[in-house]
Amino acid sequence: MATLKLHDLRKSFGPVAVLHGIDLALASGEMLVIVGASGCGKSTLLRLVAGLEDPTAGAIELDGKDVARLDPAERDIAMVFQNYALYPHMSVFDNMAYALKIRGLTKADITTRVQETAEMLGLGPLLARKPRQLSGGQRQRVAMGRAIVRHPKLFLFDEPLSNLDATLRVTMRAEIKRLQRRMGVTSLYVTHDQVEAMTLGDRLLVLHQGRAVQLATPMEVFERPANVYVAGFIGAPAMNFLPATLSHGGTAASLALGPVIPFVDGRRAGADGMALTIGIRPEHVVADAAGEELQVDLLEPLGSETVVIGRLSNGEMLSVKLPKAEAPTERMSVGFPAAALHVFDAATGLRLDPG
Amino acid sequence: MERRTIFGGWLLPAAFVLPQLLLTVFFFLWPAGEAIYGSLTRQDAFGLRTQFIGLENFVDLFEDPLYVESMWRTVYFCAAVSLLSMSVALLLAVFADREIAGRGFYRTMLIWPYAIAPAVAAVLWILLLHPQIGMVAHGLKAIGVVWDYKINGGQAMLVVILASAWKQVSYNFIFFLAGLQSIPRSVIEAARMDGARGWRRFRTIIFPLLAPTTFFLLVVNLVYSAFDTFGTIQALTHGGPGKSTETLVVKVYRDGVVNLDLGGSSAQSVVLMVGIVVLTVVQFRFLGKRDKT
Amino acid sequence: MSSRTDWTAHIVLSIGVLLFVLPLWLVFSASTQDPAMIGRGELSFIPGSGIGVYWKVLTEGAPGVAPVWHLLMVSFGMAISIAIGKIVISVLSAYAIAFFRFPFRLVCFWTIFFTLMLPVEVRIIPTYSVMAGFGLINSFTGLTLPLIASATATLLFRQTFLAVPDELVEAARMDGAGPLRFLRDILLPVSGANIAALFVILFVYGWNQYLWPLLVATDSRLDTIVIGIVKMIGADTSVEWNRVMATAVLAMLPPVAVVLLMQTWFVKGLTEGDK
Repeated sequence: MATLKLHDLRKSFGPVAVLHGIDLALASGEMLVIVGASGCGKSTLLRLVAGLEDPTAGAIELDGKDVARLDPAERDIAMVFQNYALYPHMSVFDNMAYALKIRGLTKADITTRVQETAEMLGLGPLLARKPRQLSGGQRQRVAMGRAIVRHPKLFLFDEPLSNLDATLRVTMRAEIKRLQRRMGVTSLYVTHDQVEAMTLGDRLLVLHQGRAVQLATPMEVFERPANVYVAGFIGAPAMNFLPATLSHGGTAASLALGPVIPFVDGRRAGADGMALTIGIRPEHVVADAAGEELQVDLLEPLGSETVVIGRLSNGEMLSVKLPKAEAPTERMSVGFPAAALHVFDAATGLRLDPG
Repeated sequence: MERRTIFGGWLLPAAFVLPQLLLTVFFFLWPAGEAIYGSLTRQDAFGLRTQFIGLENFVDLFEDPLYVESMWRTVYFCAAVSLLSMSVALLLAVFADREIAGRGFYRTMLIWPYAIAPAVAAVLWILLLHPQIGMVAHGLKAIGVVWDYKINGGQAMLVVILASAWKQVSYNFIFFLAGLQSIPRSVIEAARMDGARGWRRFRTIIFPLLAPTTFFLLVVNLVYSAFDTFGTIQALTHGGPGKSTETLVVKVYRDGVVNLDLGGSSAQSVVLMVGIVVLTVVQFRFLGKRDKT
Repeated sequence: MSSRTDWTAHIVLSIGVLLFVLPLWLVFSASTQDPAMIGRGELSFIPGSGIGVYWKVLTEGAPGVAPVWHLLMVSFGMAISIAIGKIVISVLSAYAIAFFRFPFRLVCFWTIFFTLMLPVEVRIIPTYSVMAGFGLINSFTGLTLPLIASATATLLFRQTFLAVPDELVEAARMDGAGPLRFLRDILLPVSGANIAALFVILFVYGWNQYLWPLLVATDSRLDTIVIGIVKMIGADTSVEWNRVMATAVLAMLPPVAVVLLMQTWFVKGLTEGDK
């Protein structure tokens, strides 16, 4: 168990800057999920912490000690890889024992620890097998076991579930969370899957083009996204964005579509006429006979709910998530409840909070 | 292609490449340099003075009708060996690729000759074609053919071609078979759905898809027949009768080792080097191009 | 596929097999027959009773040639030294080139690559004079050392090593393995099949050498079995054909056995490596 602090961590490959200065602090035992689209720098960030890449600048403090220049072996960090990276020629037992052997533990200690860990993960009967004799889920478990058995200060997970099929992914997700809680090991978890991010993380770090755009609890990220990018990235189907301007002395948004919607949580700073982007999640759009007309393009039934994708009268696209019974066929009228609006500055993309 | 993960430090890798590098420098680069130097100089009769003479050795070489003759002979020999050995191997590979009983047995029986030394292959062919003891030779005589490759140059050439091609069949077979097996089943199945059968399927689908293998093997076979057949030729004919089976490599050996003409044989070595460099570059450019597409 | 027997395939392949097996059989058969009969051209497909010739050639050899057991020892020593030497040297240099960044790395790589283009046959005379300068003529070292440098094997290992997934290397580093330990514990075991395949190829290569031994070892104590055979038939007038053929059989046995025993690996290694 340890704390992890990153100070202004930067990484460039030649002239290309991949990370533009990341600051981060993890409490002991915390699970932080780093989420972002591919190419946002999340894997690089993980590899910097692991010691597999050298940072261009900045510090990595593990338990108060700067480890940024240390070899991976000296950092006491374990990592679960996307493709598991099991040693193909070694048995499950040897895969798990390898790091312990290198550290010079006695045979008896190694056996005890590997068996303990194997029991915990249900790998007991598989210890003599080679990786190629295991199913995808079992390999995943061995990869976890290889990390756990070391009792490291820090766990790193590099998209560990992306090679599993959908059902197994859900099971393993729950298992990872359970294990991490039980062992209380500080963890960094990288994924591009927002469901994984929401369910696993104590906190989320959303990365976009090498910058941290938001660091908060999953619910906060969902309810108060820091900018248009985060708002669009988290949540499925993605949030609708409508152009608007600030009006009535900063107390309402005047949608390009026509209606004026008052802010229920207070006035926004700025001059009337300032360009805004109004966000509203599909599940918050309601059927409203007095509302705006929506021409239905496409219906996506999801079972209990249906996603309606259509066009507003000015041609803008809008998706609406409705209970199955309320799904229209050709057209419907929709309303935007004032309480569900997210207000962003159209110029900067940043969230505008009241005050 | 480069690795993403690398280890630090340079002492260890330097120590690791050193043995290979030393061997390369002493037994490859230095001799190559000597050959080039030797090809540009001439020693006087007592080996006391060495004189720089430019390209004169090469001029002499290409003005020597014996050398030019040997060059054409080598071209003819290489073409015949490569063509013969590759066609037989391809034929066998096509049938060995079929789903038939005993496939594994056939393959093994066609792969083992890879292990036969070129010089030993010559011994096997002596038993068949030697004018006094050869089994086939007796058969030929029985039907009235005057057979003696120890005297008849044309027959001698035929014998070295047969023995050299025979030895190379299994190598070509291994590669053709691998090439055939790497053609996606779905492509063959699509061709069957389109109604392409037998010879047409082979000519229009399979052979074009084998082109990279064929090209690779062509280069390998040319190099093999130009250089590795030295043992076969030496054991069968010593380049004779006369000079009728004297390829370039046999000639270098004769001129350099037997007749001790150092300047001339250095020039010959340099010509051979240029030849093999050209072949290798052609091959790598072709393979490189294929990788990119 | 139809269940009919594919007669064309069986016929073609059988002819192909006979093309290789018949000469071999004839050699064996000849080795057991009376040399005088062979000399008169009365060679038969049916083996004779002279199987004792194998003991004779092993212990006595033939006129002007050392006993075959000695030839076999030299060939074995040469083939094994070349195969192991090449593998060790190539593994090390390929490892350095694939897993490290060091000054002149590319210069090293291209220098090694260049040797690919210079087979012994091309550089006979100059190599001989360099060897003479080192005093390596007529020595076992001279016989093997110059053949140990190998661009082909280095390129092959480099390719194998580059195909090892990055994650595997990273996992080992995270587990605390340094470069030496990684080489020993992970990389070599993972490349086992390739090493085995290359061993077969190089053993056959070393065993079958002819020109180089002919050139560098004039001392008959350093004759390999391939050299020995050519010497035996070189006499030509009074050749004892049964001895020649028995020696030929003994010369083929070891490399053929190695190829057959390791056939699967060897075929895979050969076809995947050379391209």
